[in-house]
Amino acid sequence: MSEPLLIDLSKKGRKAYCFPPLDLPRGFEQALPSLPQNLVRQQDARLPEVAELDVVRHFTRLSNLVHGVDNGMYPLGSCTMKYNPKLSEHIAGMREFTQIHPLQDVSTSQGCLSVMYNLLEDLSSITGMSWGTLQPCAGAHGEYTGLKMIRSYFVKKGQNQRTKVLIPISAHGTNPASAAVNGFDVVPIASDGEGMVDLEDLASKLDENTAALMLTNPNTLGLFEKHILRISEMVHASGALLYYDGANLNAIMGMATPGDMGFDVIHLNLHKTFSTPHGGGGPGSGPVMCNDALRPFLPKPDIELTDSGYVYRWDEEDSIGKVSLFWGNFLVLLRAYVYILRMGSEGIRAAARHAVLNANYVAARLEPAFEIPYGKRCMHEFVLSCAHLKEQYGVSAQDVAKALIDEGYHPPTMYFPSLVSEALMIEPTESESLETLDAFIDTMLAIAERAKTDPESLQTAPHTTVVGRLDEVRAVKQPDLRY
Amino acid sequence: MIYPYIPHTDEDRKHMLKAIGVDSLDQLFDGLGEDLLLADSVPISHGRTEDEVQRMIDSIAQRNVRGIPFLGCGCYDHIIPATVKALSSLPSFVTAYTPYQAEMSQGLLQAIYEFQSMVCEITGLDVANASLYDGANAASEAASLMIGAKRKATTVLVSETLHPFTLQVLKTWAKGTAHTIRLIAEKDGVVDLSDLASLLDDGCAGLIVQSPNRYGLLEDYTDVASLLHERGCLFAISNDPLSLAMQKSPAEWGADIGIGDTQSLGLSLAFGGPSCGYMAVKEALLRRIPGRIVGATVDGQGRRGYTLTFQAREQHIKRERATSNVCSNQALAALMTTIHLSSLGWGGMVEAANQSYAKAHYLAYHLAQLPGITLIWDKPFWCEFPLVFSDAKRMRKFLQELRNEGIFAGVRLSALTRQVKDELVLLVAVTEKRSREELEMYLAAARRVMK
Amino acid sequence: MSKIVERLRYSKDHEWVRLEGEKAYVGITDHAQHELGEIVFVELPPIGERYGKGEEISTVESVKAASAILNPIEGVVSEANEELDGSPELINEDCYQHHLYVLHSFSKEDYDALLDAKGYEAYLASL
Repeated sequence: MSEPLLIDLSKKGRKAYCFPPLDLPRGFEQALPSLPQNLVRQQDARLPEVAELDVVRHFTRLSNLVHGVDNGMYPLGSCTMKYNPKLSEHIAGMREFTQIHPLQDVSTSQGCLSVMYNLLEDLSSITGMSWGTLQPCAGAHGEYTGLKMIRSYFVKKGQNQRTKVLIPISAHGTNPASAAVNGFDVVPIASDGEGMVDLEDLASKLDENTAALMLTNPNTLGLFEKHILRISEMVHASGALLYYDGANLNAIMGMATPGDMGFDVIHLNLHKTFSTPHGGGGPGSGPVMCNDALRPFLPKPDIELTDSGYVYRWDEEDSIGKVSLFWGNFLVLLRAYVYILRMGSEGIRAAARHAVLNANYVAARLEPAFEIPYGKRCMHEFVLSCAHLKEQYGVSAQDVAKALIDEGYHPPTMYFPSLVSEALMIEPTESESLETLDAFIDTMLAIAERAKTDPESLQTAPHTTVVGRLDEVRAVKQPDLRY
Repeated sequence: MIYPYIPHTDEDRKHMLKAIGVDSLDQLFDGLGEDLLLADSVPISHGRTEDEVQRMIDSIAQRNVRGIPFLGCGCYDHIIPATVKALSSLPSFVTAYTPYQAEMSQGLLQAIYEFQSMVCEITGLDVANASLYDGANAASEAASLMIGAKRKATTVLVSETLHPFTLQVLKTWAKGTAHTIRLIAEKDGVVDLSDLASLLDDGCAGLIVQSPNRYGLLEDYTDVASLLHERGCLFAISNDPLSLAMQKSPAEWGADIGIGDTQSLGLSLAFGGPSCGYMAVKEALLRRIPGRIVGATVDGQGRRGYTLTFQAREQHIKRERATSNVCSNQALAALMTTIHLSSLGWGGMVEAANQSYAKAHYLAYHLAQLPGITLIWDKPFWCEFPLVFSDAKRMRKFLQELRNEGIFAGVRLSALTRQVKDELVLLVAVTEKRSREELEMYLAAARRVMK
Repeated sequence: MSKIVERLRYSKDHEWVRLEGEKAYVGITDHAQHELGEIVFVELPPIGERYGKGEEISTVESVKAASAILNPIEGVVSEANEELDGSPELINEDCYQHHLYVLHSFSKEDYDALLDAKGYEAYLASL
């Protein structure tokens, strides 16, 4: 059943919330000056006028039309849709955190500051970096911050000419976009036949104008860049820096560190690796961690532990400045901290190991029916191709994805990376049990069979949802973006 | 061994390793090489049980002190109906991701569509996006939009009366790029636009102002839009959206862009985050607005449905040609605002704004009677106002005395600007949530100190 | 096989140019429209502005792609094809009949440097 817009249930005079009456002395209320007329709003806004139960039913019904990790498997590659512990939700709702103002005196917010400081310490240990910032609100925001630091680092060194950022063609779109908004020129780097960075291409593009190479490792094919130490050497020999996109840290946390690989600055996605909920597309959190050379360029303020407790430090001259209104998405940071406390050093290592185990298991069992162009051994995710289904039966990656919806699974990431045609990128995460994986695999195999016998049922999927495939051309040509 | 949140038994692992064709979990990591594989676990603490973590967090939480907040500066303690937490905590909302697969995300897409609609209604503008990180980042996205919209433009004019942290975020935005932020000075607590015409050359992309501004004062933008538009420049106004229940909307001032943060509409203080930035624009700028947009369309059977649309603007398609790198937004926070506004209605929003106004004026009026405190600048304000103390000692005593009563009396402006000239300025915010009793407690304590 | 029209000149970015007296008509090639798929929007350049060779002048959008149009020859925009505002799909229907914009005071040198139909055909074959 589709759900009407709440505004369409509006009835004048109905209320879902009543404010207590204003209780100032009557004389004052009468004498209260009103706003100067030319500042006064003229036009009322149309907002719903409904009863509380209308609001409750509306949003409850809407939530029934959404699939989350709590509803079922969500193997959306590169997004690490792992389980979001209920403990973290409970703690993030505690009044001792939700009712603390960001600008109250630091002597009264030591609890919040201690969470942030200790989280930074733990993230430093996990990544092998020296320190970081928690201000960025998302992964792309972390990229923006890290690249801004790199820019400032070279300006400070008098190397303003370093304006090129090298990015593999298989990278997430945010990488080139973040580089471009920071004023860098983006230079694409080719992949070799194995899906790794093409070292020859890299060598030919590294020069005295290169600021950085941005890498995701494991990369977006789910493969570990086996030449990473060589790459690090090459990049640093040319005087450039190495940037780590932490989107895929879940594959290696506790097993290896970006610091040991030679990365100078990295961003993390707490909403991926550290299990904070994705919230339908945010709020996330994208801390940036760096080595000693880049530390002075971190955003302000830093947090320091002194004899009198935690304090903010604003005096770093080389800092790039602020990147968020306050200190970052604190309640997201708190959830990540709870996750790390709960898992501990063995637990985060186990998470990576089981994420990799799960991905390899799914790949091994799907391999007979689907093509996995870059080898069947992978890290935490892998990319399969539906090109053969498309060619032989006219069933595309999108058709397979939509058919999965009918079976209660969120589809994998589609058509990314572009190196693989008709790509489906599958990341099961460590959260899923053997039984869940088997059921998912059996469903995929059944879909591959159905492609031969009844392709049309796939091409017209999904059949069980409140709407079928939507007309995206019409959405653009006849924009309907508000009530 | 069973680890938290990992369901595998020994038997499962054996079965899976066999299917993969390897002997051990370690073998799956062979590709990392001996040089990189850590010999020991990383130096963080061992895992804890749920109960141990809760106890540890309880003790950390005790180091936070909750007071009666008269604190604002971009983060306000307004009333939030119980529906907001209850409904925004529904598990599928919390644990879904960006609604890439429209067919199984209709609820989320529709909620975002309703959010966009409400932002349009409140700002009076035509098109809103699905949210941005926060109000400060909304300002830097507005600056990017302006630069992208005018050929050869490199400069954005920015009022000095913007929130000091928003100004810092904008300065960071310009750092290392070809863009310039040019500050427009204030006069008597509000932006001074008397020389605006002389600044509007070909290199100027537009102007960003804020009302209520950093002091809580409301600004007058009569004739500003027409002057900017004559010179091909865009006009962006940043607001506390709740104030728009009283004061003129960006559309009513003729602005092209309305930005701000919906923290005052259903989001708790939360030590400053998550909050939720918003941006609305005139229709002509539809293809320049950053971030996600949800639109309504139909499926093959003509049924109405919602989908992410106008994606050709976005980073995953434009890559290095994108003018914004925004990917995720603050969807769950935007949902909270949507539930909040659905519960309040326009009547409730007006009530909250009016009561905040009345209570702030009540407190300001009585504080201004006290010796040693001045309400600087005789300018209209809404729910926050600037006090100046005659000397630092009395200011400290004032803050301490109120603190002893459990009252956080205000934000020192110098805590935001780090400037000596602001050290005696205290910004006091009063929302509809502050009871008469709390106001009288504040005044009684203030009278004891400022005799 | 992409359609190529004999009398036009072509850029390697898949724009075509047709001269009519002092006017140079600019559009996108069949190859380009095919790559984009169903076109949903064309951003037209402002009239009276001078654009250099290779400068981004317009954007052509499909649902899942946005293609920058790089101005193939230096010149001043004298007309934009307003017809495309409401009906961008005209480009899919016949990309050589529906130009994007017209330049005057353009660079003859830039024009002469463009590929002819044969050259463009060979270029496409090399891709």
